[in-house]
Amino acid sequence: MAKQQVIRLTVNGRSYEKNVAVRQTLADFLRDELHLTGTHLGCEHGVCGACTVLMNGRSVRSCLTLAVQAGGADIVTVEGLGAADGTLNSLQEAFHQHFALQCGYCTPGFLITATELLRENPNPSERVVREALSGNLCRCTGYQAIVDAVLSMAAKQSP
Amino acid sequence: MKPPSFDYYAPHTLDEALQVLGGAGSNASVLAGGQSLMPMLNMRIARPAIIVDINGIPSLNHLQAGPDMLTVGALVRHADLLRDPGVRGGWPLLAEATAMVAHPAIRNRGTVCGSIAHGDPASEHPGVLTTLDGSVVVAGAAGRREIPAGEFFVTMLTTALEPGEIVVEVRYPRLPAGTGTAFVEFARRLGDFAIVGVAAALTVRDRVCQAARITLVGVGEIPFRARAAEAALDGRRLGPTDSGGAFAAAAREVVAAVDPAEDIHASSSFRRHLAGVLTERALQTALARAGGN
Repeated sequence: MAKQQVIRLTVNGRSYEKNVAVRQTLADFLRDELHLTGTHLGCEHGVCGACTVLMNGRSVRSCLTLAVQAGGADIVTVEGLGAADGTLNSLQEAFHQHFALQCGYCTPGFLITATELLRENPNPSERVVREALSGNLCRCTGYQAIVDAVLSMAAKQSP
Repeated sequence: MKPPSFDYYAPHTLDEALQVLGGAGSNASVLAGGQSLMPMLNMRIARPAIIVDINGIPSLNHLQAGPDMLTVGALVRHADLLRDPGVRGGWPLLAEATAMVAHPAIRNRGTVCGSIAHGDPASEHPGVLTTLDGSVVVAGAAGRREIPAGEFFVTMLTTALEPGEIVVEVRYPRLPAGTGTAFVEFARRLGDFAIVGVAAALTVRDRVCQAARITLVGVGEIPFRARAAEAALDGRRLGPTDSGGAFAAAAREVVAAVDPAEDIHASSSFRRHLAGVLTERALQTALARAGGN
């Protein structure tokens, strides 16, 4: 059985066909093969949430998913949230406005996790926001501003 | 922090998967959600020569809430269970516990059967399966066998699953009418492994306890079914919200029965204290949910 396998997948709307090592994680594939280094690696065992990406619309830890398992999947990374010219989307803008990042290392994971939350629950309470973000660690401990940013989106989306 | 080298198989049928597993003996690992196996690979705690990825086997992705039994196939994710109205309505203990499993991204990918096959002593699913007297259906070269929850968990991270076998589904019987349930746990942070967790189910008729089920996780190497505490509640008269001291007595039975190990998260005595406190809380909540019975 080969240690390499060809996969076809879509990342941020673009199709790729790549020959990957079967042991390569999706996170390393995105960073090293596609040079999408916005997906960050913190703990590499599923605890910190920095590497969270959307796979077929659902948030997953890209460090706990093999690249071969993403064959046929539609992946969205932090690079796919804003417009192609670099314009921030409204959630990214809210993070900016609320100073919801300090060193920025955890930010891609928080943005992806919050994207899924707001899609499923456009008007979450603070408790729901905190629960949803509980799997993402910010070592600068700037949680209050992050929660504020996500809650500001909730307020915007509510009628 | 990268997985070691392995051969990767992604079969499309259970038979193919069993063929690969059967030829590999104890050198193979089954990959479903990967939320326990992948960290172990990244940390090189696990070094299987062969990985059999079962995600492409459609027959393992079934979830059926029947009149008497809930069947959860090997590819059902925690998040699938939480979205299913049949599970939430008929198996509220399972739904409540599943919501406490880790975080959204982990629940999107991790499977119920994987959690049970992994057998972590602090995880929720083994405790719920034990409480509901559920069973694990495994398939191997010699065919299928159904293993009761009470016999499946052997010791920490070790189950009755033999090399070459695969968990195909878990089964949860429906609890009788008039039963209230609760899952409570204490963790340092939301979504962390519980330091101690308690699953409780109380069947009440005419204000008398017909049956009590209590299981603790995090106090030993496998889920602990607190039979003495359950017996202490049998036939006891319960008020609408007050047990007249019966729950405190049950909690004392639990505290006397457990001998938890000490680790970096909690001392043995703190765990024992939590076991009593959480047992009483779980029973109170279960009683309130049993309704006007």
